[in-house]
Amino acid sequence: MAAKTIISRPIYGTLSPQPGKHHLFVADAEGALAITDMAAEAPAGFFDGAEIVFIAGPDGKYGAALEALKPAQLHIAPSFASLLPRLKQTLANAHMGLRLYLAGTEGLIGQAMQVALEAGIDHTSMQTEHRGSLARRMQCVHCKGITENVTTQPATCSHCGLLLLVRDHYSRRLAAFQGVCINAEDRSEIPPMEEIFR
Amino acid sequence: MSTGTTKLDVVVSDVVPVNELVTRFHFRRRDGELLPTFSGGAHVVVEMRDGERTRLNPYSLMGSPLDTREYTISVRRDDVGRGGSLFMHNQVRPGLEMVVSYPVNLFSLDLRAKKHLMLAGGIGITPFMAQTAQLAGEGGNFELHYTCRTASLGTYADVLSERYGRRVRLYHDDREERIELDRLLSSQPLGTHLYVCGPAGMINWVRDRAAALGWPPETVHFEHFAAPQPGLPFDVTLAVSGKIIRVGEQQSLLEAIEAAGVDPPYLCRGGVCGQCETNVISCDGKFIHNDHWLSEEDHRSGRKIMPCVSRFEGKSLVLER
Repeated sequence: MAAKTIISRPIYGTLSPQPGKHHLFVADAEGALAITDMAAEAPAGFFDGAEIVFIAGPDGKYGAALEALKPAQLHIAPSFASLLPRLKQTLANAHMGLRLYLAGTEGLIGQAMQVALEAGIDHTSMQTEHRGSLARRMQCVHCKGITENVTTQPATCSHCGLLLLVRDHYSRRLAAFQGVCINAEDRSEIPPMEEIFR
Repeated sequence: MSTGTTKLDVVVSDVVPVNELVTRFHFRRRDGELLPTFSGGAHVVVEMRDGERTRLNPYSLMGSPLDTREYTISVRRDDVGRGGSLFMHNQVRPGLEMVVSYPVNLFSLDLRAKKHLMLAGGIGITPFMAQTAQLAGEGGNFELHYTCRTASLGTYADVLSERYGRRVRLYHDDREERIELDRLLSSQPLGTHLYVCGPAGMINWVRDRAAALGWPPETVHFEHFAAPQPGLPFDVTLAVSGKIIRVGEQQSLLEAIEAAGVDPPYLCRGGVCGQCETNVISCDGKFIHNDHWLSEEDHRSGRKIMPCVSRFEGKSLVLER
């Protein structure tokens, strides 16, 4: 789990079954394992009122493990963008008593949280668990472009091409970390690029 | 000066009987200026000079936060209480100069909510008078469910129904009308916040059902003005100020500390805000914790006490005050 550095850097917990009438899970890749681990301590019948939305990722694993939990609904999507309309629809029609569980990469947790905040769920009321890649979703503070799955430090902005220092400064509104130009004084200065958010 | 309780010099500008139990009091500033602004759900602590004794009772501000020319409170007469409400009913007349604290809000609206669901019981309606006025002014989405014993004791039920129509729903105990709580809670859209003010039994019932039905604790707000419970007199040593004091049957520990000339911080005087929390240096006896602030672990440890509502029975008690 990520260490706390500055105050806006999100800290994630461990999924645990909450009292409620409906349970909505959003997960990607290894996030599925957070759900199956939690299932071991869930009361009988817990998944009868559960909906799982899962982005399997390129290796397509864990779908069967989630199916084995026999949730009321299981929806497997190729990408976050493809499940977004469904997620928004579900939340718009939901009532108090729906509990939200987010598991997987920071990019997935952050973006799902962003949608849920819009729908009126307080971020402290959501269950989160970080699993899998440490890759970051980064916003370039100069051109405002978002680069997904950043694993290196520094990182190149996929929009304007500036070399950015990936900060721990996180925006819940954007669901992204800030990237700030690392060589603004002298562009010829290129620090070594290391892969640290694998 | 106690934390957060800067004082305001006011004059009683009007006293209005509302029904057989409730009277409304209006206060204006003695210097004619506007009063400090407040938000819906705020209360003030009213100082009552009752002979030798100073009584301090918290009351919710019930006027519109958009009008700070005056503060209004409503006081329900309690004939078997400790005497504060009787003092207000029997002694306070227009023209009387009084002192009230700055407003403090321990029951504020969460304005991030998509909808506000309000549940009031009896005199617990007062904070909602201000909250609904605040939300109505901002076009806010709210729904108020108000239970009272009889129609004639439905304090301001007529005013609220007139102002807000179908957004207000009344329940009368004598007609056996009950809130269908589970159905009400389960049918609220996502992003609703729940507010409850009334008797302790009602607050506990609502909080329990909301938790069981999956309402996160962050979305459930409640306010209960617990009057300090009477009990056996006991002696206390105040270590810091070096005083030994006696807490009378009808007196709270906080009141006894204040009477001894020590000025501890306070905000709610009802065991919920945490301001008056005090460390116990030593004790021989048992605590009667009546507060909602300290954790169960704190209660068991015997290391902390909330002097506004909690008492002690035993041989000796030394506090860090």
